[in-house]
Amino acid sequence: MTGLTAPLASVGRSTLQFLASIGRVSLYVVQILRHMVTPPFYPEELLKAVLRIGYFSLPVVGLTALFTGAALALQIFAGGSRFNAEAVVPSIVAIGMVRELGPVLVGLMIAGRVGASVAAEIGTMKVTEQIDALLTLSTHPMKYLVVPRVLAAVLTVPILVAIGDSIGILGGYLVGVTTLGFNAAAYLQNTVDFLEQWDVLSGLIKGGVFGFVVATMGCYHGMSSARGAQGVGRATINAVVSSSALILASNYLLTSIFFSA
Amino acid sequence: MIALEEISKTFGTNQVLRGVELEIATGRSMVIIGGSGTGKSVLLKCILGLVTPDAGRITIDGQDITTGDRDVMLSRFGMLFQGGALFDSMPVWQNVAFRLLSGRLRRSRDDARAVALAKLRRVGLGADVADRYPAELSGGMQKRVGLARAIAADPEIIFFDEPTTGLDPIMAGVINTLIREIVTELGVTAVTITHDMSSVRAIADDVAMLHAGKIRWTGPIGAMDDAGDPYLEQFVHGRAEGPIEALR
Repeated sequence: MTGLTAPLASVGRSTLQFLASIGRVSLYVVQILRHMVTPPFYPEELLKAVLRIGYFSLPVVGLTALFTGAALALQIFAGGSRFNAEAVVPSIVAIGMVRELGPVLVGLMIAGRVGASVAAEIGTMKVTEQIDALLTLSTHPMKYLVVPRVLAAVLTVPILVAIGDSIGILGGYLVGVTTLGFNAAAYLQNTVDFLEQWDVLSGLIKGGVFGFVVATMGCYHGMSSARGAQGVGRATINAVVSSSALILASNYLLTSIFFSA
Repeated sequence: MIALEEISKTFGTNQVLRGVELEIATGRSMVIIGGSGTGKSVLLKCILGLVTPDAGRITIDGQDITTGDRDVMLSRFGMLFQGGALFDSMPVWQNVAFRLLSGRLRRSRDDARAVALAKLRRVGLGADVADRYPAELSGGMQKRVGLARAIAADPEIIFFDEPTTGLDPIMAGVINTLIREIVTELGVTAVTITHDMSSVRAIADDVAMLHAGKIRWTGPIGAMDDAGDPYLEQFVHGRAEGPIEALR
């Protein structure tokens, strides 16, 4: 009997643990929102976080977007040529970048770069008692460490998405004009003509949501880090994996809300 | 006076504190001794409100620590952590002046830096250290910076968590002397937890021994050697044989 019920018990246990972690993260989000609107505020920490999360992510975001836009142009051209639709390259590259690839790729890059570093930094602070030290110095870690990082991510990731979109379109343009034989002016005209304001705006909103997800997961896993180097390592992995999965899931959800007829 | 009444705390199935009763008189230096894992740090964290006891009551000058403004309560404390717990993202002077750079004790940046430099000087560190980062300092220097941070806002109560752990005997002696001087000079109430007997003899006015989750013995330092308690005797003399079981 035990042999039969053991797998079921294991599934049950995992399900309960999963549900419990959803509950913990939800409560954590409520706490973040509460601390976001109640003083004291730490503008200096916010500024530092904006620099670290936003400004220093520019190179990785730029490179990713440039090559993705370029590859997208090649793919669309190759696919479109099967039914004589090569002319759609500029518009598809533009729409694909601003609606989907821009926000998702920037989100995933930020998850790898920022989510990991936030989780490792806060996790190390926890295991070296720096979080306890903050508390004894009358400073709430949620207000001092978490809120500035989350706010900075929500504010800067949409800007990174906008920059990533532009560079991605530029990547497509460069390939289109230099390799695929498009006329430069016609390529740009096509890009502008077919792009709508909502295409861009929806991508930026996605960026804000992904920024919130990445910073929240980084802080949550850092704060929940177990002792020792292994604990911090696990927290970092959990932060990257969970924020990447949540970015992809929330991207589907947001797309279905924004674009379902 | 800090009074602990029937403090109990359990983590999972491990009951760490089993009804701790202790009184720490104002202006005295109390050293709590006990083996590793006996709950000394947990006890300290309970007083600071970092860990919530399952049962019991902690009062400071008659006021329950769970009532009243927590920030006001914490502003009366200074704490030296075992590993220093210095913020490695900021230079030494900002670590020392942390409490003075924001919150209710906020001062101008120049004032805060001046206080930090004065406190660093008090613990034997020059102004050249102020702009360095904690990772650039030796273990002994980090302890000194931690000590400077603990006294930066002129607290009434200072906690020292294993102040000599990881230091060589000479540096441990220096830190012990420094702690004793500062405690006497500031007239603060001090609570130190340690298993280093040289620290006990250098720092303590009173001693309490924590064993099996309870205070096994407490009294003035002068009475410690003649207390006649076999547990205390075994610990003080560091004997492997005795009523306290040691894993071999």
